[in-house]
Amino acid sequence: MTSQTATGQTATRPASGHGGSLMSPRITAATTGRILRQLRHDRRTVAMLIVVPAVLLAVLYFMYDDAGPAFDRVALVMLGIFPFVIMFLVTSIAMLRERTTGTLERLLTTPLGKLDLLFGYGLAFGLAATVQGVVATGAAYWLMGLQTTGNPALVVLIAVVNAVLGVALGLLCSAFARTEFQAVQFLPVVVVPQILLCGLFVPREQMAGWLEGISNALPLTYAVDALLEIGRHVDPTTTMWRDLVVVTAAAVVALILAAATLRRRTP
Amino acid sequence: MNSAIEVTDLVVERGKRKVLHGIDCAIPAGSVTGLLGPSGSGKTTLIRAIVGVQIVKSGTVTVLGRPAGTASLRREVGYVTQAPSVYADLTVRENARYFASLYGLGAAAADQAIADVGLAGAAGQLVGNLSGGQHSRASLACALIGTPKLLLLDEPTVGQDPVLRADLWAKFHALAAAGTTLLVSSHVMDEAGRCDRLLLIREGRLIGDDTPAALRAAAGTDDLEEAFLHLIRNREQVTA
Repeated sequence: MTSQTATGQTATRPASGHGGSLMSPRITAATTGRILRQLRHDRRTVAMLIVVPAVLLAVLYFMYDDAGPAFDRVALVMLGIFPFVIMFLVTSIAMLRERTTGTLERLLTTPLGKLDLLFGYGLAFGLAATVQGVVATGAAYWLMGLQTTGNPALVVLIAVVNAVLGVALGLLCSAFARTEFQAVQFLPVVVVPQILLCGLFVPREQMAGWLEGISNALPLTYAVDALLEIGRHVDPTTTMWRDLVVVTAAAVVALILAAATLRRRTP
Repeated sequence: MNSAIEVTDLVVERGKRKVLHGIDCAIPAGSVTGLLGPSGSGKTTLIRAIVGVQIVKSGTVTVLGRPAGTASLRREVGYVTQAPSVYADLTVRENARYFASLYGLGAAAADQAIADVGLAGAAGQLVGNLSGGQHSRASLACALIGTPKLLLLDEPTVGQDPVLRADLWAKFHALAAAGTTLLVSSHVMDEAGRCDRLLLIREGRLIGDDTPAALRAAAGTDDLEEAFLHLIRNREQVTA
């Protein structure tokens, strides 16, 4: 007996096409859809992804009661940091689950390319981050009176790119974690130093030379710099575009490094 | 004999432990071969080596004429791991459709595979809410999609009720009759009699490779469990 489809034709796997190339748009799209479907079944996670950043901004709003410029600066930076942190955590756990439940090993025995899986994650969580960014940015501008010289749409753009950076680093770090306990500890190792050194607490020019050097090497620094540029200038500046390119490139490099950590053969 | 799988002097080490000590076997195309042996005997490692996901120390594994793990084999081989490997937070149908899409197939092929494992009534349920037996059948369905040329099933019938188990074995034989080669591992001897051919493995060594009838005849017993014991004792006498 062969598999009969509803129309009575035999369903066999097409022999044509690629067997193991790095990426195919069709499979990447299917993977993105699968990850979004998983997310859709987890309503609580969706609710938290969308609501939590806006709630945290509201806390900042009340903390900086009537201190307009101080709130504007911190809230603007946080619009970039929240999606980075949240997406880092969510993806490192999601990828670890793929490893521990055996779905990763199984996927790697199918025609799926390594980059299909990793860009699938990047796209799926990038889309989720777009919704999150629009809600958080909208709440900040309209409900909390955030003021920037530049365009709020650019703030959303930076937030989304930053979320994808978080996804990429989360995917990469999950390769070095065997358990959930180990995975969450990459947050203080990989994420917190970037937040400390990004220029939010102490302006980067005032840091010791070696700290500024480290800061220069961390991608979040450029995202924060881009946001501050939007805060100060009406039109997007060359510096902002350069920062955006740096953050995007860092995300792509992290995704490719993460692909290199996926092994089809294991001991 | 036309072999779908040829294994020559396969040695696998995991850590410092030698798991397979030079396995040699050939698995005929279009048949159901049982891989029988106790837990820890190396069944899963041998299957993983055939899928091409196991790092091997030495020896060769040829699958459908190509070295195991060759990229083009990925669309011809179906692999079901012992622990079900499907997404618990998706429905059975969503899982099957995702795996179908990886092979360039549509919803009809996915639905057919779900029906083949008797899960049509549970297609809309989240895999995480299914019973253990249904969960592993959902995993099996995803490997059946699009009728692969070679199916490697690691303990696919554990926890299934007897009627379903009989249905699944009938399905395996129907697939073999249509040309698919199946290698099915099990640690339960009562399943051995359902196979066209048996590989008996113990402590990483192949101790029997024959049809169930021939194994029974050689041991002079109708009971395959007894025949297995007979082979083990013979071997111990030889090595002693």
